[in-house]
Amino acid sequence: MAGTTFAAIDVGSYNVSMEIFQISRQSGMKTLTKVRSRVELGRDTYNLKMISLERLQELIEVLKGYQRLMAEYGVAGCRACAKSAFREARNSVVIIDAVYQATGIRIDVLSNSEQRFLGYKAIASKGEDFREFIKESTAIVDLGGGSVQISIFNEDSLAVTQNLMIGSLRLREKLADMERLSRHYDELVTAFVQKELKLFKRLYLKGRKIDNIILVGDYFTNLIFQNAKKTRRLESREQFMDWYDKIMKKSPRQLADDLSVGLDMAEAVVTSAILYRRIIEELGASMIWLPGIELTDGIAYDYANRLKLLKAGHNFDKDVITAAYEIAERYGSDRAHIRFVKQAAEKIFDAMSRGTGLTDRDRLLLRTAAILHSCGCYISRTRSAECSYEIVRSTEIIGLTEDEREMVARLVKYVDRRFDYAKAAAGQILSPERIVALAKLTAILRLANALDQSSTQKAAALSARVRNGVLEITVETQEDFTLENGSLAREVGFFKEVCCMQVTLKQKAGKGRA
Amino acid sequence: MTDINFNNPSFYRNRELSWVEFDARCLSEARDKALVPLFERLKFLSITASNLDEFFMIRVASLKDQVHAGYEKPDIAGLTPKAQLAALSERTHEFVREQYSTYNRSLLPALKKAGLEVVPRYEDLTEEQSHFLDRYFMDNIYPVLTPMAVDTSRPFPLIRNKTLNIGALVAAKDGSEPGLGRSAGKKKKSAAKNVAKNAEGKAGNKKSGDNRPLEFATVQVPSVLPRIVALPDAADGHKVVILLEEVIERYIGRLFQHYDVICAYPYRIMRNADFSIDEDEAEDLLKEIEKLLKKRQWGEVIRLEVPDDIDKRLLSILVQELEVGEEDIFRINGPLDLTFLMKMYGMKGFDDYKAPAYKPAPLPELDNVPDIFTAIRRKDILMHHPYTSFDPVVRFVQEAAKDPAVLAIKQTLYRVSGDSPIVAALAQAADNGKQVSVLVELKARFDEEHNIEWAKMLEKAGCHVIYGLVGLKTHSKITMVVRSEEDGIRRYVHLGTGNYNDSTARIYTDFGLFTCDEAVGEDATAVFNMLSGYSEPEKWNRLLVAPLWMKDDFVKMIERETAEAKAGREAYIQAKINSLCDPVIMAKLYEASNAGVRIDLLVRGICCLKVNIPGISDNIHVRSIVGDFLEHSRVFRFCDGGRDSVYMGSADWMPRNLDRRVEVVFPITDEDLKREAIHVLETEFADNVKAHILQPDGRYEKVDKRGRVRVHSQEQFCKEAWERVPRPVEVTESRVFIPAEPVREDEA
Repeated sequence: MAGTTFAAIDVGSYNVSMEIFQISRQSGMKTLTKVRSRVELGRDTYNLKMISLERLQELIEVLKGYQRLMAEYGVAGCRACAKSAFREARNSVVIIDAVYQATGIRIDVLSNSEQRFLGYKAIASKGEDFREFIKESTAIVDLGGGSVQISIFNEDSLAVTQNLMIGSLRLREKLADMERLSRHYDELVTAFVQKELKLFKRLYLKGRKIDNIILVGDYFTNLIFQNAKKTRRLESREQFMDWYDKIMKKSPRQLADDLSVGLDMAEAVVTSAILYRRIIEELGASMIWLPGIELTDGIAYDYANRLKLLKAGHNFDKDVITAAYEIAERYGSDRAHIRFVKQAAEKIFDAMSRGTGLTDRDRLLLRTAAILHSCGCYISRTRSAECSYEIVRSTEIIGLTEDEREMVARLVKYVDRRFDYAKAAAGQILSPERIVALAKLTAILRLANALDQSSTQKAAALSARVRNGVLEITVETQEDFTLENGSLAREVGFFKEVCCMQVTLKQKAGKGRA
Repeated sequence: MTDINFNNPSFYRNRELSWVEFDARCLSEARDKALVPLFERLKFLSITASNLDEFFMIRVASLKDQVHAGYEKPDIAGLTPKAQLAALSERTHEFVREQYSTYNRSLLPALKKAGLEVVPRYEDLTEEQSHFLDRYFMDNIYPVLTPMAVDTSRPFPLIRNKTLNIGALVAAKDGSEPGLGRSAGKKKKSAAKNVAKNAEGKAGNKKSGDNRPLEFATVQVPSVLPRIVALPDAADGHKVVILLEEVIERYIGRLFQHYDVICAYPYRIMRNADFSIDEDEAEDLLKEIEKLLKKRQWGEVIRLEVPDDIDKRLLSILVQELEVGEEDIFRINGPLDLTFLMKMYGMKGFDDYKAPAYKPAPLPELDNVPDIFTAIRRKDILMHHPYTSFDPVVRFVQEAAKDPAVLAIKQTLYRVSGDSPIVAALAQAADNGKQVSVLVELKARFDEEHNIEWAKMLEKAGCHVIYGLVGLKTHSKITMVVRSEEDGIRRYVHLGTGNYNDSTARIYTDFGLFTCDEAVGEDATAVFNMLSGYSEPEKWNRLLVAPLWMKDDFVKMIERETAEAKAGREAYIQAKINSLCDPVIMAKLYEASNAGVRIDLLVRGICCLKVNIPGISDNIHVRSIVGDFLEHSRVFRFCDGGRDSVYMGSADWMPRNLDRRVEVVFPITDEDLKREAIHVLETEFADNVKAHILQPDGRYEKVDKRGRVRVHSQEQFCKEAWERVPRPVEVTESRVFIPAEPVREDEA
């Protein structure tokens, strides 16, 4: 059979769903079947902070049923991803293990950024529609039960992303008591989210104009926009507002009947609708796209990309780099310096990539770290490494996993701190293999940084190659390179220690400054 | 025009009375000397009898329940349950009289003429026949009889539903009190005994001056023995038969040796079999149904059949013990339970009096293909059973069971044959490692026990057996085979209008479609997911699915025709269904008719619509075909703005189909197949041999075919099915035999 079949399972707060895809180079991704089952894991987690035994049994039964469906379609690969219901449950590791023992299915708990990245991939899997849409100034609004993720595109790359804790279910719970006292629920919600939205606008939009909004979200979004999955839906702001008025005119009971859902779901739909309206108004968008995607689309698209069954139509690495520049800019980094360090690091990495065990993904982490390595200076010149580390750790970069973000954070920390293997291994966040990779990338980044020690980009051109086990760096410069030379000499020892390679620097009298 | 109330009760006919008219149409076949061979007429009469039994057990019983419950809501025609029962009692009594008039005045003389004599009473036997029966009774019947007497120690026995029994009044030979010397004690005397005593007091015994007390005794006519007992041939070579109950009556004295049999008459009862299940409360659906099966025999008696000359004292006991109302007593002029006529039909010989058996034609599309899947990939295939064989459906499952490329088979099963090859193939598929999911509808009426049995067998074989959705019967006929092919997963789907039952497929007219259309495959998957308890799909590509969507879809289609007619454009609706009684659909049809939509309906059974109501149903024409094959397919055709859309499926236009069942209706999208389906519809609408036309008063009349070309649709389809089968190429050239090895010259 051409291609493969893959099952993507989304373990959500209120539903567990599975979509089986047929993926092939010729015909792309095609849904073979999709099922959803009600398992209210979120209700346990949000109330008890843990998942109960009853919910566990329900989940296991559902997954066993899914396994039968997988066998019916000869599924070759499967990935089950859980979100906040697992993230916030204190017994999630126990539940994951119990599910694995009973079904053989290992549930991955996604961090917020991983979750959003998969959601983002799902949108990108819409191909041409997506590429067309993001040509203009665009924001993705991803509404979840717990939070709303707003991501802004700069040209065709994702530049800013921010998580606002104003998800539909969270709002419902917070406003439950007040709702009884107010006759205008929409005004109550508006008042509550206003502050968050204004702050976001001031900090991240900075006068940027948003033409288009891509609306995605969890189960509720797809419930609201029924049938959106199969049909491309593009609406003007006016059409959207008409739809909003219709929703608001209905009682939750009528809405529940219309959507064939329970009353609680219908009430959550109303909250989601108000939130959407507020966000659209605040961002000022004129067109709204409802791609009707779900997390399962993203999981499958990610799988297809990894197996090289599908070539990503969008450059996700470029998003990461754009976002890194955006952060660096926000923290006043020297643009010319970070650009030089990034290029130098790329050249060294490329020259020595064979035999190092480093991957393309590591190259992306190195480039990201090069851009962000000095962002901590904005806060403290003396503790810039620690500050850079904290900034990276607490800033979401969609496109990087939690582990990857941790790698980048440590890279920027060790760029001017002694690399401490013991500390790097502490907490066992990174595996021993990743610590070795971290050490190698740190060594490269340090060399690159040393080559612009004066931050004046003296080298007009730079090249690197490995010959006879020696990394040869050649710079063309007409300037005094003593400082850089000395700095480089200080870093060679560590480089040699982790890369098992000597370093030589050749200086050519060439062009002027870069 | 918009203020017409299309729901006015005077526009509708009661569904139960309409059903009786359907049985009357079957009866008209039994009466049709000109067109129906004698033995086929026996079959039709037998069918009317079994139909009526079922009707009483379900519909009449349900009305009785409603009356008991004090439910007084009128039906669509404005009749309360009580009024319906009264009207039905009158109509069914009249109907039974027609049945027996047909039997006595038309069929019995014709049978005699054909060489088959039915001895009506044992008193009419010849000596030789009596001698034969003596032996036959002692050897075959006597050992299986269980006579039961009623006295103070023995309460009135349970008389089983639908069994034929012989009731007798007996008197002890020594004149002693009944039950003396046994365990009479101080137990309450049974009503039977009291009645017998009372009766005796009034009329006395047949033997004048005999004052002996009477006891009631009963014996069940054993269902394990053939109802028709063949006697030695008559002198003129005619075959002679007698009914089992007559034989038992003749020898009943031998069962009560210390008694004199005062009188003995057959009787038969019908009980309420309509046990609806409260599925919300049932923890285990399967167990609940098993429990109900045991209960079924204990239902209320809703019909008592007795001979019209029954002894009044005996009848009085039966009436009192069985608690039967006068309106539920059927006094019969002839043998009770005419279903034995089906056995008579099966008697050897008399071939000249039967319609020649039709052999279903093979499907040319499946000639010269390596496997059925190749044929389906080439083109959708439409089958019209029983004109074309049902074998391809069996083959579909059998090939899937063995095909290494097949990953899974999913099927809904409602009624299957006794030794179903489909069930066997499913079990084999599971054994071969395929993922087999079978939805078994346990609540298929009267088939529950059978269904539980093979559902367990399938489970044992490794199939994943699903019992459907609580509260909904799964009536859809759908099979899906998932195959892993060169270019990916492909789903092959069979959709039908009839059950996966190879036996009934030989006598029911149904359609079946094979397709591997992606959109249908997606929908079929969603149907099975839904039946497995997963969420419903966001939308359906092609299929109309009940209960949630189908009615709306049909309403929209009818409304579209209405709108087209109002706009002055062509608009028509044709539907071939088994029953029409959904109030929403009917009101919409009236509205469409009112707007000028031409509506042609082919409704085999119940039709609650009335025709020719001025301004309401002027454009509605209803006909019903009753022929050798049971019309069973459901086909719908809409003008659809000139697109001429055709749909088929498992659903009738009845509330139970549209609101309480999982049903699937599918479109015929292939233009060639659509033409075929339309041809079938047009031929049936042109039928002037077996079609009955609904009259404004609710009766049906046969088509007046004077001056018209004879159109017998079923006959025509048989002919056409075989015309499509390619004939073997005739060999015109002589062949030269060439030996495989050259013959050595020296041996030549």
